[in-house]
Amino acid sequence: MAIRTKDLIDLEFLSAAEIQEILDTAKPMKEVMGRDIKTVPALRGKTVATLFYENSTRTRLSFELAAKYLSAGTCNISASASSVKKGESLQDTGRTLEAMGTDIIVIRHNMSGAPKLLGEGVKARVINAGDGTHAHPTQALLDMFTIKERKGRIEGLTVTILGDILHSRVARSNIWGLTKLGARVRLCGPPTLMPKEVEKMGAEVFYDIDEALNGADVVNVLRIQLERQEKGLFPTIEEYAKNYAMTEERLKRAKKDVLVQHPGPMNRSIEIPTAVADSAQCSVEEQVTNGVACRMALLYLMCGGENLV
Amino acid sequence: MSKLLLKGGRIVDPAQNIDIIADLLVEDGKIAAVAEAITADAAAEKDVSGLIVAPGLVDIHCHLREPGQERKETIATGTRAAAAGGFTTVMPMPNTSPVADNPAAIMYVKDRAKDTGVVHVYPIGAITKGSNGKELAEMSAMAEVGARAFSDDGRPVASSRMMRLAMEYSLITKLPLIAHEEDLLLVDDGDMNEGYMSTVLGLKGNPKAAEETMIARDIILARLTGARLHVAHVSTKHGAAMIREAKEEGLKITAEVTPHHLTLTEEAVKNYDTNTKVNPPLRTPEDVEALLQALKDGTIDCVATDHAPHTIEDKVIEYHFAANGISGFETALPLLYTRLVKTGKLTLNQLIDSMSAAPARIMNLPAGSLAVGCNADIVVIDPAGEKAVDCEAFYSKGKNTPFDGEVLTGWPVLTVVDGVIVMENGEIKE
Repeated sequence: MAIRTKDLIDLEFLSAAEIQEILDTAKPMKEVMGRDIKTVPALRGKTVATLFYENSTRTRLSFELAAKYLSAGTCNISASASSVKKGESLQDTGRTLEAMGTDIIVIRHNMSGAPKLLGEGVKARVINAGDGTHAHPTQALLDMFTIKERKGRIEGLTVTILGDILHSRVARSNIWGLTKLGARVRLCGPPTLMPKEVEKMGAEVFYDIDEALNGADVVNVLRIQLERQEKGLFPTIEEYAKNYAMTEERLKRAKKDVLVQHPGPMNRSIEIPTAVADSAQCSVEEQVTNGVACRMALLYLMCGGENLV
Repeated sequence: MSKLLLKGGRIVDPAQNIDIIADLLVEDGKIAAVAEAITADAAAEKDVSGLIVAPGLVDIHCHLREPGQERKETIATGTRAAAAGGFTTVMPMPNTSPVADNPAAIMYVKDRAKDTGVVHVYPIGAITKGSNGKELAEMSAMAEVGARAFSDDGRPVASSRMMRLAMEYSLITKLPLIAHEEDLLLVDDGDMNEGYMSTVLGLKGNPKAAEETMIARDIILARLTGARLHVAHVSTKHGAAMIREAKEEGLKITAEVTPHHLTLTEEAVKNYDTNTKVNPPLRTPEDVEALLQALKDGTIDCVATDHAPHTIEDKVIEYHFAANGISGFETALPLLYTRLVKTGKLTLNQLIDSMSAAPARIMNLPAGSLAVGCNADIVVIDPAGEKAVDCEAFYSKGKNTPFDGEVLTGWPVLTVVDGVIVMENGEIKE
């Protein structure tokens, strides 16, 4: 099987079976990553371009390595340093990449909807590596893969996403993916950082962290950005941490074997104290490894799903 | 002089409360007679049986972009688009480059309209200099040379004190202030209606409250000053409710609604189609329903297109960066005819009234009626013929419409300005 749509914009547009397929495919990919020779020829002759309008070492590197392990050619465009400043439109930039033979464009953009716009302008397949506050489907895939690895399942689990939901593309993609696979999703954060009518996406909203953690199987702790405080969305970092930091003490409300996730990079002293970040319950580093595996799976399936050795 | 005889049409003239099958004779640019079986020597005859003959449409809120933004539209192209859409009188907003905030700028628009336009153009002047909200513009001098209202449109006067002074000062002119009601601090750069869709799309929400708090403020200031306030493009249920209450109180308030706010909801934004980006944003089904009710009960007096042409480059771009607005002249009538009249939500009389007599009355324009002696500004509408919207065929330079490809009926087939045919079967007569 392969991905039905030309572009991978968000998990919202994938079926549960498609998501499941990506997660299943990521498993042998992770196995490939563990080999001495980490490359398979699946994408030999294909070219994957990463087009990043936002700084992100982690996601860019993850996609680049995923492509390399599959033997694809890669090129990386840091758009803030080139065409954008010259005023070239997003679709023109995409068509330029395509004209040079790019098969897949992986885009990160600070504007919601940019990958969709790009996809409408090019024949190449587009993968969303995070757009504005809209979606970050590969982050959600790797979060789900990690949950499945640790818990053996996703269906029936209670996953609490904690923090700045309003500005979080990670939260949105996780809500779509997790609910499609049968998990219950809780959202918790201050009301000023909670998007309106988000319950309609199928999640429960909490402002009280203790209630949100009660009996949770997984907690996904989001990064809080200092600029939100500067924009008046909450009074101080101290008060935020007081109400919403994922402390050891609070974690006792959750299930005993609760899994703590964080998309990184972590603010250790703020939303996630070091004691929790470095505990065995926390999967931050595994998530990074699994991110490469999930992106390999996605690239592989988007290129037709053949030649895996 | 020239004569034009329209034979056998259904004459719908809400200003006279007429809906009859009759002939209509135009002589020397005026309506000469409306009666059965008129015969006239040397008149150009048009058989309009089966068609609707109505007063030429009046649009009191549009953007013709000239001077300064001619890549988007010119008075020449904009007025042709208007005529193609059945409009015979339009009022362009002053947010040109430079802003029309002085009598010379108003005269420039009038002169350009006379030289290059094909419909009547009555300019709107700015409320404050440069629409910066700091100092009053020369309203009185602009009124003297023909400005018919004042507005800072997309840059609403933020200072309550300045708006109060503007309202007081406007009393000299007896003309209304047209208010684009938004508290920009509360809008906070929002891209679309705040709610479920903005959450799902990750686009910054623009809450209804940003519009409603400003409507409330301006109603209160209208009470304080006794000024005439015309609320532009009302988009929310509670906004309409406040206007209803203010009218019941007897304040001099009028209001308009756009075709898109009557027919689209925030749902239309779902694929990041930037043609759905408008200001105020598309709202919810509840709002659309309330706006229709408000139009029917007279709370909202009229329809105005807010025709806002943009270049492709202004629109094929990230949603946040895309310009606000819809190129609306050439779809307004068939869109509302198809969606509201054909479905029985609005009578034909109500639609024609809200697009001709009512806006003319608000702005005191010599338009909006087929009474004998009136200017022969006429639109003939085909209630049956189906046609798909084709933005590439627009006379407007702005191809930005979310209705492209939509099959509609109720297209204008003849537009007459001062007794002269300017559009026939979709073609502008040069």
